[in-house]
Amino acid sequence: MSINQLVFRPPTPATARPDATTALRAVEEFSGAERMRLNEISVFYDGVPAVRRASLSIHQGEVLALIGPSGCGKTTLLRTLNRLTELTPNASHSGSITLDGDDIHELEDTRLRTRVSMVFQQPNPFPMSIFDNVAFALREQSRRRPRRRELEPLVKQALQRAGLYEEVRDKLDSPALRLSGGQQQRLCIARAIATNPEILLMDEPCSALDPRSSAVIEDLILQLRNELAIVIVTHNLQQARRVADRVAFMYLGDLVELGSTDQLFTAPRETRTREYIAGAFG
Amino acid sequence: MAAYEPQSSPVLVVPPHRRGRRSSLRSWRRRDQLIYLLAWSAGIALCLIAAAIVVFLAAQGLRYLDPKLLVTSPSASVDQSHSGGILDPIEGTLTLAVLGTLIATPIAVATAVWVIEYGRPRWLARIVETSIELIAGTPDIVIAIFGLAVFQLGILAPFSFRSSAGGVYGRSFLAAGIMVSLVALPLTYTATRNGLRAIPRHLREASYALGKTRITTIRRVLLPSLRADIATGATLGLGRIIGSTAIVVVLLGATLQNSPENGVPLLGFLRGTGSTLPSYILNNSPAGEGNAPQKAYAAAFVLMLMILALNWVVGRISRAGAAAGLYAGRVAR
Repeated sequence: MSINQLVFRPPTPATARPDATTALRAVEEFSGAERMRLNEISVFYDGVPAVRRASLSIHQGEVLALIGPSGCGKTTLLRTLNRLTELTPNASHSGSITLDGDDIHELEDTRLRTRVSMVFQQPNPFPMSIFDNVAFALREQSRRRPRRRELEPLVKQALQRAGLYEEVRDKLDSPALRLSGGQQQRLCIARAIATNPEILLMDEPCSALDPRSSAVIEDLILQLRNELAIVIVTHNLQQARRVADRVAFMYLGDLVELGSTDQLFTAPRETRTREYIAGAFG
Repeated sequence: MAAYEPQSSPVLVVPPHRRGRRSSLRSWRRRDQLIYLLAWSAGIALCLIAAAIVVFLAAQGLRYLDPKLLVTSPSASVDQSHSGGILDPIEGTLTLAVLGTLIATPIAVATAVWVIEYGRPRWLARIVETSIELIAGTPDIVIAIFGLAVFQLGILAPFSFRSSAGGVYGRSFLAAGIMVSLVALPLTYTATRNGLRAIPRHLREASYALGKTRITTIRRVLLPSLRADIATGATLGLGRIIGSTAIVVVLLGATLQNSPENGVPLLGFLRGTGSTLPSYILNNSPAGEGNAPQKAYAAAFVLMLMILALNWVVGRISRAGAAAGLYAGRVAR
C-alpha cells in the first residue's frame, strides 16, 4: 500500500466546493457542507470556565474568524477543535464536538489531528531541513517508513499549495530556521496541509509577521479556503473583514454573536459586538 | 486611496557607533566602587590562577616529556631510565573515558526525558531528581568503596575475575567504568534536562498538532534539538571521568601495566586491571610510591592537554549548535 493510500483524504472535489470568486457570503448558516459542529461546548481550567456553552458549525469552503478582546476564550475554543486543550492537565470540558458526524472524543487524538490541522501564532519550524519539516507530517503514518523519493512529490505539492515552493526549490535541504519569519510561517502552513486535512485551524497566524508577510499569508488563506474549511483567530478586525466569510464575536467566554462578515461589521445585532467593533474596548 | 509602499532612501548614511558621556568610577558610591573592583579582581585572579596552572604544567611537562614515553609501556624498575613510559595509563584513561561515557550518556538522557516529558507520578520524579543530586554530591571515594563491595559479589564475578582462592577480585575496567559513569551521569543529565526545559512549548505543540504521539515528538523533534546539549554534557562528564582518581585506585587496581584477563581479546582487557594517567601521577608523585616526579609531571602535562582539548571540543559543539539554529527560540533559564 503506498503512502498516498494510507491515511490521506484527497482534496474535496471541485464539484462540492462553493464558488470561490464570491467575496461575501451573506448567509449565517453557510451553504457549504457542514464539517464540524460544536454543541454547547464549555471549557474549564481548574474549574473556572474559559468558554461557556458555545455552539456553532464549520462548513466546507469557508473561513470562519473568531474575534474578541484578549482573554475572551477564542484560542481556547480553537484548541478544543483538535483536542489540544487535553494537553493542559487541569482542563476539562462539557458538550460535544462532531467531525463529519463523529464525536471527536471517540476518535484517536493522533488521527483527529491529521484531519484537523493547526498553525500557531509563532512560526515554529522544527530544527530540520525545509524538506524534513514537511516530510515530518507525512512520516510515521504507518509501520513502514516511506522513502524520500515517495515523499518528494507530496512535499513539493504541499510547498506549492503554501506558495513557498518557488522560493525554496533550490534549498530544500537547508535548515528551515534560516528562512525569514513570513517564509517560516508559510512552511508551517505547508506542513499543516501536507496530510490534506479537512479543517485548518489558525491561531493569529500573522501577529508575529510584518505587514508584507501578513498580506502574503492572507492571500494564501483565500486560496486555501477553496479546498478546506479554515477557522482563524485574529485580533486584527481589518484582517477578519478581508479574509473571513463568517465572523464569531466572543466576550468573556461567551459566543456573543455569529454572522456573515458583512452583517457583523455593518449591522451587528448585539450591543457588545457593536461596541467592540467601534473600538470602545478590547 | 493608493496602498502605502515604503520608500527606499539612498541618501541615508549610517553614522558610526558613539556613546555619550558616562559617569566615572570616582563619582560612584563607595559600596558600588568596592563591588565593581571586587568583580574585576576576582575575574583577573581566576585568569591568573588558570594561567599559572597551565604554564607550570606546560613548563614541567615540556621539560620532562619525551615522545618515547607516549609509546612505551611502564615497567617496574628502581632505575628511572628503565622504568618505561606512560602508554598503558594513556590506554587506560581512554578506555575508562569511552566506557564511562557510553554507559552514562544514554541513561542520563533517558532519565532527563522521563523527568521532563512525563514526570508522573510527581513524587517519583522528585525522588529521581533527588537521587541524581545525591549521586552528584557523593565523593568519588564513597562511590569507589561501594562499587568494590558490589563487584566482589559472586554473581558479578564475570565483571572481573576470581582469584585462585575463589574470591571475586571485584577490580577491573568494567567495574571501574560502571562506577565512574556515575560521576559523569549528573552532568549529562543536567545538560539534557536544561536543554529540554529551554525548548519552547509551542515546538512540542506543533508536533502534537500534526498528529504525532509524545514519544515520536521526543524522538524526532526534541532529541535532535538537544544534540549540542547532550554532547556538551557528555564531554563535561568525560572530563570528570578522565580526572577521577579514587575510583581508579580502588576499582581498577592501579597496577603499573594493563593486565588483561584470559579469554576473548576485548572482553579480557575489560575484565583485567590497569591504570590511568591520574593513578600513574599519584603513584609517581612525591606523595606516592614511585618517587618519579619527572614522569608524574610529564603524565600531568598529557592529562592537561586532554582536558584542554575537551574544553575546546565543548566550545566547538556549542558554537556549531548555535550556527545550526538549534538554540533558536529557546527560553533563557
